[in-house]
Amino acid sequence: MSWMWLIPALPLLGFLVLAVLGRSMHWAVVAAVGTGSVGLSMLAAVAAVWGFWVSPPAGGSVTLTLWDWVRAGSFSPSVSLTLDALSAVMILVVTVIGFLIHLYSVRFMAGEEGYSRFFAYMNLFVGSMLLLVLAGNLLLLYLGWEGVGLCSYLLIGFWYSDPENGRSARKAFIVTRIGDVALVIGLFLIATNLGSLDIQEVARKATASWAPGSAIAVAAAALILGGAVGKSAQLPLHTWLPDAMAGPSPVSALIHAATMVTAGVYLIARTHALFVLAPDVMTATAIIGLAGVLVAGFSALAQTNIKRVLAYSTMSQLGYMFLALGVGAWSGAIFHLVTHAFFKSLLFLAAGVVILAMNHEHDIFAMGGLARKTPYTFWTFLLGALALTALPPTTAGFASKELILSRVWESGPGGRILWVLGVLGVFVTSVYTFRLLFTVFGGEPRGAPAHGSGRGAHGGGHGPKPAAHGSAAGKEGLAAGRDGRQAGVVMGVPLAILAVLCIVGGFLDLPRTLGGSPFITRFLETSLPAGTRAGEMPLSTDSILQIVSEAASLLGIPVGWLVSRRAIRVVTQTGGPAARPAFVRFFSGGMGFDWLYERAIVRPFVWLWNVNKRDAADRISDGVGGLSMLLSRAFRWTQNGRVRWYAAGVAVGAALVIAAAVLL
Amino acid sequence: MASVPFEYGLAVAGILFILGLAGVLVRRNLLFILLCVEIMLNAAGLAFIVAGARWGQADGQVMFIFLLSMAAAEVAVGLALILLLYSRRKDLDSDALGGSGRS
Repeated sequence: MSWMWLIPALPLLGFLVLAVLGRSMHWAVVAAVGTGSVGLSMLAAVAAVWGFWVSPPAGGSVTLTLWDWVRAGSFSPSVSLTLDALSAVMILVVTVIGFLIHLYSVRFMAGEEGYSRFFAYMNLFVGSMLLLVLAGNLLLLYLGWEGVGLCSYLLIGFWYSDPENGRSARKAFIVTRIGDVALVIGLFLIATNLGSLDIQEVARKATASWAPGSAIAVAAAALILGGAVGKSAQLPLHTWLPDAMAGPSPVSALIHAATMVTAGVYLIARTHALFVLAPDVMTATAIIGLAGVLVAGFSALAQTNIKRVLAYSTMSQLGYMFLALGVGAWSGAIFHLVTHAFFKSLLFLAAGVVILAMNHEHDIFAMGGLARKTPYTFWTFLLGALALTALPPTTAGFASKELILSRVWESGPGGRILWVLGVLGVFVTSVYTFRLLFTVFGGEPRGAPAHGSGRGAHGGGHGPKPAAHGSAAGKEGLAAGRDGRQAGVVMGVPLAILAVLCIVGGFLDLPRTLGGSPFITRFLETSLPAGTRAGEMPLSTDSILQIVSEAASLLGIPVGWLVSRRAIRVVTQTGGPAARPAFVRFFSGGMGFDWLYERAIVRPFVWLWNVNKRDAADRISDGVGGLSMLLSRAFRWTQNGRVRWYAAGVAVGAALVIAAAVLL
Repeated sequence: MASVPFEYGLAVAGILFILGLAGVLVRRNLLFILLCVEIMLNAAGLAFIVAGARWGQADGQVMFIFLLSMAAAEVAVGLALILLLYSRRKDLDSDALGGSGRS
């Protein structure tokens, strides 16, 4: 496995090549380098995982130490890559999904200004994520963590000529930064207390020396949770995710499926040994996750921007992963991460085709009837939506969601309440998904909505890409011509592959009721323990629970249809989104979190900053500067360079000193 | 041999010093400024001699020997500098040399 370093190195190399030479390269070469580097990395990852699978190393993991990073006394973090079951699953997801998204981007971004810049950032994004998941050391993991954050900033603000996009990018960067600070403090805490940041060593030492529930264990786990909450867009640091829709659709797909938001889930799974020691933090994780499921689900119900619906949906699905982590179903969380990566990237990529076909229109109420216009996209989108709502014929979402929910039910008396709320989340998920599906693809084409200001329709005010992109507009004409038929081969193939993955993904870990094939759970067992099970429920209970949650999903279809009918009528006939009921507008604004943060944090901070601009400390330093300028002007004439003048100065000075000595 | 009164000696030394200082301040030619500095040094030397004679101590004359040797060294360096300066600038006007701000 000594060539394991190739996996993150290849995309990083691609980034370097594109960053240095990209501007002068033909677009086809850029596409080949950008996609090829990730493709080769994917092959390397497949080969590595195959090797890992065929001959599992002793201890369940193989570590490759590249070099010592820093040596400071006993603290010497090394640059080491660790391949175990968890990182094996992660590198497969990151490289396969990443490759498909790159492939799709070749066509999607065609003719776009900054083509090479786009692929350079995307490569860096994938490379950073691979570094993150392969890191055998928390410090190296943090390097990847920050790299991912940087790339999300660069890509969300990819169309930087619109200040609004830059604002979204900054928001994403700053909000996740709050979590990053918590994480870095957590790393300091671990490093000073355990004297190491090597992940396996930390887990071993922490288990040995920290008492369960002790303050230090709770603090460490809570700080790590803080970092994960920021990165994975969970309450209360989730507000950046809906705004992150300002980036191109493939970026959204990459952020939501393969990289970035999954990093938080991965981090908690990776450091689960610390969380086991802090049961309170695990409970908090579960509650944060469940609250995220519901808040995001209801917010998604009222969005008018197709990508914002999907963004809230991502947040809601990540909530399920946190819920799973909170009840100790580590492998359930990772399995849901995998299936979510399948269907969410499919949904985003299909939405990208829809947006192209609609000439960069994001407002779902301006769409409609797209099932006939873009049937191929419709069918793939439908499969993704069915996977999201855990309905057949897709198995991906179903298997992972049932795994999580059954483990939630088993996690004790409190778990029953969590389960009920979780099923409510399933119902809401189904409602907003089918509302979106019926509004976008069903009915007749509506064209521009009745209300004049199309831009105002979007909850956060993030309108479609401005018409300023002339080159993009020119290409859209071409794309629209093609998309009148289909997504095109280059964009269609990734959609097809992802749709197939959505259908068969569930067979990785079918629930017991459907025969059972706990492939993922068993595979992950070497690095993620089965966790604590309060008591295994009988098969019949399991079946009943699954029937209930499936019924909730099915019930969501007609409700979604009704909601869609009503919303279309209100929006298109009675004067736009402003005419919607107050509670809908409340949901549409993301339940007031942005409103609250704006007033509670941003404005006081800006106010303080304005005050501080003229503060006393500045007066003092400015005064010192002014005084020296004044004295400089006053005494400048004494330094005229004339020897005789200086001599006279010396004489007068001496006379004065002597006079003073004599007289005093 | 009637000794010169102490006060007279000091007065001559003072007058010499003032003359030297005035020369330093008034003359613009570096050579003359150097000459005037020598006069000031001699004034100081005279004050030492007179004071040594007044209190009957040899220290004043010792100091004068020191002063002479120091003056000789100073003249050697100063003249060398002036020569160099002259060969470069063809001018010894201190105001023209320094006041312009050029080195």
